[in-house]
Amino acid sequence: MGGAYKLSFEHELDAIQEQINLLRMQPPSEEQKQAIAELERRMVELLNSLSDYDRVLLARHPDRPYALDYITAIFDDFIELHGDRCFGDDKAIVAGLAWLDGRPVAVIGQQKGRDAKERQERNFGMAHPEGYRKAIRVMKLADKLNRPVITLIDTSGAACLDEAEARGICWAIAESQMVMSMLGVPTVAVIIGEGGSGGAIAIGVGNKVLMMEYAMYSVIQPESCAAIIWRDESRAPEAAEALWLTAPEALKLGVIDEIIPEPIGGAHRDPEGAANNLKEALCRALSALSHLSPEQLRRQRYEKFRAMGVYLEGDELKSCMRDV
Amino acid sequence: MGDAKATLVSEAEENLWVKCEKCNALTYRKEYERELRVCPQCGYHERLGAWERLKITVDEGTFEEWDSEISPADPLNFPEYKDKLEKSQRTTNLKDAALTGVAEIEGIPVAIGITDFKFMGGSMGSVLGEKITRLFERAVKHRLPVFIISGSGGGARMQEGLLSLMQMPKTCAACAKLHQARLPYIILLTDSMAGVQASFGALADITLAEPGAMVGFTGPRVIELSLKIKVPIEHRMAEFQFEHGMIDMIVPRKLVRPTVAKLLRWMCK
Repeated sequence: MGGAYKLSFEHELDAIQEQINLLRMQPPSEEQKQAIAELERRMVELLNSLSDYDRVLLARHPDRPYALDYITAIFDDFIELHGDRCFGDDKAIVAGLAWLDGRPVAVIGQQKGRDAKERQERNFGMAHPEGYRKAIRVMKLADKLNRPVITLIDTSGAACLDEAEARGICWAIAESQMVMSMLGVPTVAVIIGEGGSGGAIAIGVGNKVLMMEYAMYSVIQPESCAAIIWRDESRAPEAAEALWLTAPEALKLGVIDEIIPEPIGGAHRDPEGAANNLKEALCRALSALSHLSPEQLRRQRYEKFRAMGVYLEGDELKSCMRDV
Repeated sequence: MGDAKATLVSEAEENLWVKCEKCNALTYRKEYERELRVCPQCGYHERLGAWERLKITVDEGTFEEWDSEISPADPLNFPEYKDKLEKSQRTTNLKDAALTGVAEIEGIPVAIGITDFKFMGGSMGSVLGEKITRLFERAVKHRLPVFIISGSGGGARMQEGLLSLMQMPKTCAACAKLHQARLPYIILLTDSMAGVQASFGALADITLAEPGAMVGFTGPRVIELSLKIKVPIEHRMAEFQFEHGMIDMIVPRKLVRPTVAKLLRWMCK
């Protein structure tokens, strides 16, 4: 199943799947049904036992569907737009016009590359300032023409070397968040793979924020966190536990609204199934927002992010966390 | 600002000489304080704590603190976070890395926010984000200009995980309200500023920086730790950002107060 790249637990998963396939080839019987059910239960058990760091590796899986895979599968007539009208066209961010279930929408996504050449071209999905400025441009266009904005987040972080600084990476990311916070159209942000810090939140200011089941969303990469705190990158699994970067934890923190289920073993094992689930969630989110006026959309978004945080005021605990 | 009022500690409190952290030059302490802790030999601007910064920035006796009762929690139960907080609280006389309130600068009322590098690198967690957000909201309510002095070199505070990251859009959205209300916003970037510079720190009408301040999205140390690439420190300095058009003025410490007053007079008329 899938490509050549396998995480260690995937071999076990494949072995179980193989047994199921063999059983399915036999003529149907009560015994066969029970055996399949038992094997499927073992699969679920295996997936439930994944560590947070296993989930990080799943979120980064090189066979995982990327933004353009979802865009092709979910939207009709995607027209990609290019350039920031200032410096260039950043291929780490794709943006354009499309139709979702008959509805015109703007789509912005971070795109990692599939092979070595494409990864280079797309800077591994790490956007430069011109990428965020292209996103801002498309958001403003959507706002002007009253079209919802959908963002697909998948980046280990924004570009951070000298050329990014020289062209104002901080200023581009800040402006993107500010512009997105002020849009008078529905905005839905989905973390589809890696939600890496500032590079992710730059296009993450949604009226609704959704997250794929095996995506990660974090203030810092666990390796960097371990390197900074313990001066030891190999302690990344510990850092992954400490950072609360999985979808269930993001939900508990009150940072996302919904987890989109993935096919057994992760989106890359059944990209079509994953795309169907994402499409269903997007349509539902847009329908829920469609009756709100521009002013109501702005207010809802403001209040949503305004409430985020956990602190004490005197002795009183103020918290956005949920009991889930 | 060269008057006795600006002196940070009384002469008797400390020993007589100060050694510059950068060039090792010795300066008579009284003179060093008169220079607002800038080395007269090499111009190195020593980092100031929030209370020290406040003292040399606003008119004496005009500061009224806002939201002093807000303090950090430990929502993720993150390893060693509580100890780090306690240590920072002891050394800075702050509950978290931000001090906010209203004060006057040369007689002009201003909503002021100061983030303190000495408190866990000035990193932004829930408390700093909430206080800056309230600063913008209250400035809108009372029709005040905003002046922020930032030393948030620690970026988003990883010990509060995603909650820290969410303070970025939260403060950006609050800042948008200030702009929509047509109120001025000035920021001074001090050593050092990273990560959360990509939020409220990059949204001011006018951006000033102190000479030699480290300013950037990702500091050289973090880049080296995570990407194993060495970047020259000069490429994460205020002067580099100025050269590339990100900063309006590099302002030596002694000129900050008169410069800000001059700007506010134009902006608030």
